[in-house]
Amino acid sequence: MPETTFLDANELVLNMGPQHPSTHGVLRVILKLDGEKIRGTECVIGYLHRGVEKIGENRTYQMFAPYVDRMDYVAAVSNGLGYCLAVEKLLNTEAPPRAQVVRVILTELNRIASHLLWLGTHALDIGAITPLFYVMREREEILNIFEAYCGARLTTHAFRCGGLQYEVYDGMEQQAKRFCKAFLPRVDEYEELLSENRIWKERLINVGILTGDECKQYGVTGPVLRAAGVKWDIRKALPYSGYEKYDFEIPTRQNGDTYDRYMVRIQEMRQSVRIVEQAVEDIPSGPIMAKVGKIVKPPVGEAYVSIEAPKGELGYFIVSDGSTQPYRLRVRPPSFINLQALERMSRGALVADVVAIIGTIDIVLGEIDR
Amino acid sequence: MADENQPDQTAGAPEGDAQQPKTTPPAETPPAAAPATPAAEGAKPPAVKKPAPAAKPAAAAHGEKKPAAKKPAVMETTPWESDLTKLLAERFGGAITEFSSYVGQNFLVAAPDSVVAIVEFLREEADFDYLVDVTAVDYPQRPERFDVVYVLYSFARNERIRVKTRIKEDYAPHTVTGVHPTANWLEREVYDMFGIRFAEHPDMKRILLPDEWEGYPLRKDYSIINMDNRWVKDNLGIDSGQ
Repeated sequence: MPETTFLDANELVLNMGPQHPSTHGVLRVILKLDGEKIRGTECVIGYLHRGVEKIGENRTYQMFAPYVDRMDYVAAVSNGLGYCLAVEKLLNTEAPPRAQVVRVILTELNRIASHLLWLGTHALDIGAITPLFYVMREREEILNIFEAYCGARLTTHAFRCGGLQYEVYDGMEQQAKRFCKAFLPRVDEYEELLSENRIWKERLINVGILTGDECKQYGVTGPVLRAAGVKWDIRKALPYSGYEKYDFEIPTRQNGDTYDRYMVRIQEMRQSVRIVEQAVEDIPSGPIMAKVGKIVKPPVGEAYVSIEAPKGELGYFIVSDGSTQPYRLRVRPPSFINLQALERMSRGALVADVVAIIGTIDIVLGEIDR
Repeated sequence: MADENQPDQTAGAPEGDAQQPKTTPPAETPPAAAPATPAAEGAKPPAVKKPAPAAKPAAAAHGEKKPAAKKPAVMETTPWESDLTKLLAERFGGAITEFSSYVGQNFLVAAPDSVVAIVEFLREEADFDYLVDVTAVDYPQRPERFDVVYVLYSFARNERIRVKTRIKEDYAPHTVTGVHPTANWLEREVYDMFGIRFAEHPDMKRILLPDEWEGYPLRKDYSIINMDNRWVKDNLGIDSGQ
């Protein structure tokens, strides 16, 4: 008989995941518990690792473009935009104005779709089942627009290096406008369901606080950073694809808790609607493809280009050796770096809060593991 | 299609084809490896240019135009000068060997042992308080095999810069986790993919691949089909047949 057994230990180690509905994929979190309190967490990731960066080195620039959709598959359009902008930077070219506006429309619609899916699953994690059905209804309309535009709903491959492959289809502006008009009242409905809901507030307020300084230390970006009071959005700070032309605000909150992150994302959906409404009003005419030639062969060089993806700063660092394939292609995934802050956010919280905190970071494992 | 594009495209096609098999053997084809040297020493671009005209003997008229039209195989950087570079040059002197700018993006190249001090200086004195990314690039032909790249951003200045350093294969750069906690996972990923160990890192182990995995996938000599058969066989019971 040993003198001490695990029953005498104060610390209990509990595995959460990899197969657990609240981990949004295959994320394993090792929790060190003192009773119900979290003493420490350790994330085990890589279950979805496909070697995207290595694949990139072995494909031509155009061949690799569809692969980026498979990282953050909830926001494939944003992934594609970042990649195309990075390659265009290396080629020292820019998409024509018409292509830029269409890109903005699709990217913002995608941001709404991504936030909607986040809202539905996050609410589901907390125990609110109803919102999921509503958000799926609205998301469907966005996916219909994508489908009509490029034939795909999730992994869209909507953009090409240098512009667009497809012209806008007949009635796309009207469809987008109709969606925007119908969508705003529905955001109010979500808020009616959740914002003042007592259970919702008690589960979220003061849970998983991350201050602005901590966000900067941990490199956390996106809605998580803005909920901590830092007014920073790459669309405003370092505008790309003509975002400087649109009138929109950066929603921020002060507390940096889970509830504030929820509010920031709700506000962001409204701002995205504003951008889409402005963009569809004024799509310039002209070509949709810049002169890049059939074979993309950037000169020797390197560039880091990033965009404001729904989840934070999505960056591409590409090194070109002057051939048709990237010499090195690095993706800076927002989810990966935001997830690192889970340790900080969940310290001292309860087990049930971890579920809320994982949900509020808005991770997609396809992007974390690449 | 514009005329200028013509030679470039025709020259590109055979090269692209020649590189396609790159998927099968490891990436050792000269076109991919060659720029490593010029990028490092900034010299001898003709060596890379030659194969292109030779590959296409037929269209002589286009072939003659090519050397003039083609861009040299060196990164065409411009010097980067600002108050910040003056400040850095004053403080670190010879430890920073290059201040350059390419497509409007500024970067500096520093000696490996001064990187932590530079990153810390940039955070404390110049507000570069956000470490965006840490990554590496492998140049197997170079004596200093790896480039380690730190991307930094300053919220106050709204400016992004890169700090690069060149290290030998067995060199262990000091971790920057003490300055930016973000670097923890980023450096682990660099170790996982390139085998660069970071000295005094709090948790230096693999992050995406299993701990027992052999080899470092993003090194150029790691073939895309050369996966770790032993690990796959032991743990998954699959005979991959590769």
